[in-house]
Amino acid sequence: MPETAFPNLIPALPEIFLAVAAMLLLMIGVFSREELAARTAGYGSVIVLIVAIVFVGLVAEGRVLTFGGAFVTDPFAVFVKVMTLIAAAAAILMSRSYLEDHKINRFEFPVLVLLAALGMLMMVSANDLIALYLGLELQSLALYVIASFQRDSTRSAEAGLKYFVLGAVASGLLLYGMTLVYGFSGTTNFDVLEKLFADSNAGAPVGVIVGVVFIIAGLAFKISAVPFHMWTPDVYEGAPTPVTALLAVAPKIAAMGLFIRVMTGPFGDLSGQWQQIIIFISIASMVLGAFAAINQKNIKRLMAYSSIGHMGYALIGLAVAGQTGSPAVQSDGLHGMLVYLAIYMVMNLGTFACILLMKKDGRMMEDINDLAGLSKTNPALAAVLTIFMFSMAGIPPLAGFLGKLYVFQSAIQAELFGLAIIGVLASVVGAFYYLRIVKVMYFDQPEDGLDGPISFEMKSILGVMGVVILLFIFLPGPLLSGAEAASAALLPG
Amino acid sequence: MIIQSLAFYLFAGITVAAAVMVISARNPVHSVLFLILAFFNSAGLFVLLGAEFLAMILVVVYVGAVAVLFMFVVMMLDIGVAELREGFLQYLPLGGIVGLILLLELGFVVAGFVISPEVSERFSAPAPADIPNTEAIGQLLYTKYVYFFQAAGMILLVAMIGAIVLTHRSREGVKKQRIGQQVDRRPEETLEIKKVQTGSGI
Repeated sequence: MPETAFPNLIPALPEIFLAVAAMLLLMIGVFSREELAARTAGYGSVIVLIVAIVFVGLVAEGRVLTFGGAFVTDPFAVFVKVMTLIAAAAAILMSRSYLEDHKINRFEFPVLVLLAALGMLMMVSANDLIALYLGLELQSLALYVIASFQRDSTRSAEAGLKYFVLGAVASGLLLYGMTLVYGFSGTTNFDVLEKLFADSNAGAPVGVIVGVVFIIAGLAFKISAVPFHMWTPDVYEGAPTPVTALLAVAPKIAAMGLFIRVMTGPFGDLSGQWQQIIIFISIASMVLGAFAAINQKNIKRLMAYSSIGHMGYALIGLAVAGQTGSPAVQSDGLHGMLVYLAIYMVMNLGTFACILLMKKDGRMMEDINDLAGLSKTNPALAAVLTIFMFSMAGIPPLAGFLGKLYVFQSAIQAELFGLAIIGVLASVVGAFYYLRIVKVMYFDQPEDGLDGPISFEMKSILGVMGVVILLFIFLPGPLLSGAEAASAALLPG
Repeated sequence: MIIQSLAFYLFAGITVAAAVMVISARNPVHSVLFLILAFFNSAGLFVLLGAEFLAMILVVVYVGAVAVLFMFVVMMLDIGVAELREGFLQYLPLGGIVGLILLLELGFVVAGFVISPEVSERFSAPAPADIPNTEAIGQLLYTKYVYFFQAAGMILLVAMIGAIVLTHRSREGVKKQRIGQQVDRRPEETLEIKKVQTGSGI
């Protein structure tokens, strides 16, 4: 029997903590009264996520491998993990009143969000194809369940089922790609793969390239990039709104992190092969996101198309990172992408908090016209939503503008002019529907106002997100340096 | 060697054919039976690879448990699968052409495949020669791959929570057995003794 050293658990501390805490909350939930259980699990899970952020920060020390090289923590992982955990915590905080109103306030909800967050962390830290798949599957499975959490509503059940079936197809594509890569290289470890492709002068065998294409297809599904976006509007519309808020942010950021790591790490030397695919996906997502959203009446569907578009903008950064030649430019691309994702997170969480407040007589409203005259009935909320919409449209000096600026700038440096030009044009088209919401709020005749008063959680989320978007231009330092360290950790030299 | 490759093509051929029948059989029960056939033949492929343990697990878990479970589901739920498939033939010509084109394209790519000869040297966990592979899997699974093992455990936990969350309903007015109460019952609380006059009833 070969001697095996006990694996170093310290780098995986946040994940282990999350897993144990989720199981503990589950036990507490099972053995206590229903209302008490829901409340304990709700607040408990937020605390757990915050503690997990602290742990992520504590274990951050350079690049550490553990579990036989299958698990990695580095500044990049830390950066993405912190974003993911913040998004998950905010989604739980936002969910409470919705769940109570719809009588689905059960303790399993926060527990499942915790488990999804665990899966996301595992994805971000994956350094092996198997670890990648397991993390992705843990995350997706938990999300399928909470997408149909409102099980008495057919729309929610349909959303969950649709997400599940299409997600299973995507997992199949991903697995098929992974088996091809394994079959042609003999390893699933990212570091070994990277070394292998760097060494071989003749380039990778065709099998590996087909495998990489399938892996890209599977991951593109998870971030809902065109042409793998079909599920997004339906799932976003049908799922309970707090779940949509979670779906639109946390898993996308984690999947993007995974995407970046897979593409720049093991397949970094094959960038000549995958860069064109990323460019195509990026352009298609930006264009579709801009045009398909114009006709939407339902604000959740609109946000779905908007998020498809945003993923397209973020992918510009990955396309730039695939531009061989200058490492500085590649690093700029990743840097821009990470900043963009962070700002995307803030804008989207804020917007969904506003959508969750669209209640009339205790019923959720989802039509854009329900916002008519909000500036008169609830000027503060209208002002905050206006800030988010302006930021999404990319109007200076708000954060959304700077995010777009960074990715477009990196594209121009990498001489990907086509990408940058199409990106700018798409964002002009996109501005139309964001501004339409503002127009509806400020210039349309008010109907009866939305329900008040706004709970403390919502107020604080709206306040924090709004302030971040407004003031980011004055104090961009911490985010920029974090993203800088993160992107430097991925690219050699 | 020739027997091995013959066996491989037999198993592989039947697996693919059975898989096609799973999705094209009209009767759902037949689909499940073909699924079992596909599982058995995949197990045969594993045996050819020298992985007896996986082959046995495949038979025990998939044929023994999963397929029988499918069978129950198919027989108990009256799913109108035939109706679902009504459009199938209608779309077959176009779908078939698209599929054929894709297949041809893939074929061109696959024709160019060359499996590099060094692959077998790079296997991250080559099968050891001196111990049976059940033991070899055990040695790897709980040491080198403990992370994957635990992660798979978490996935199963989520699946379990999910199944309960989505289907469990606590119904009102269900009578449950409370053994404590039953034992505590006293004759005075439950019995009433009445004198009944002969011929009059209560």
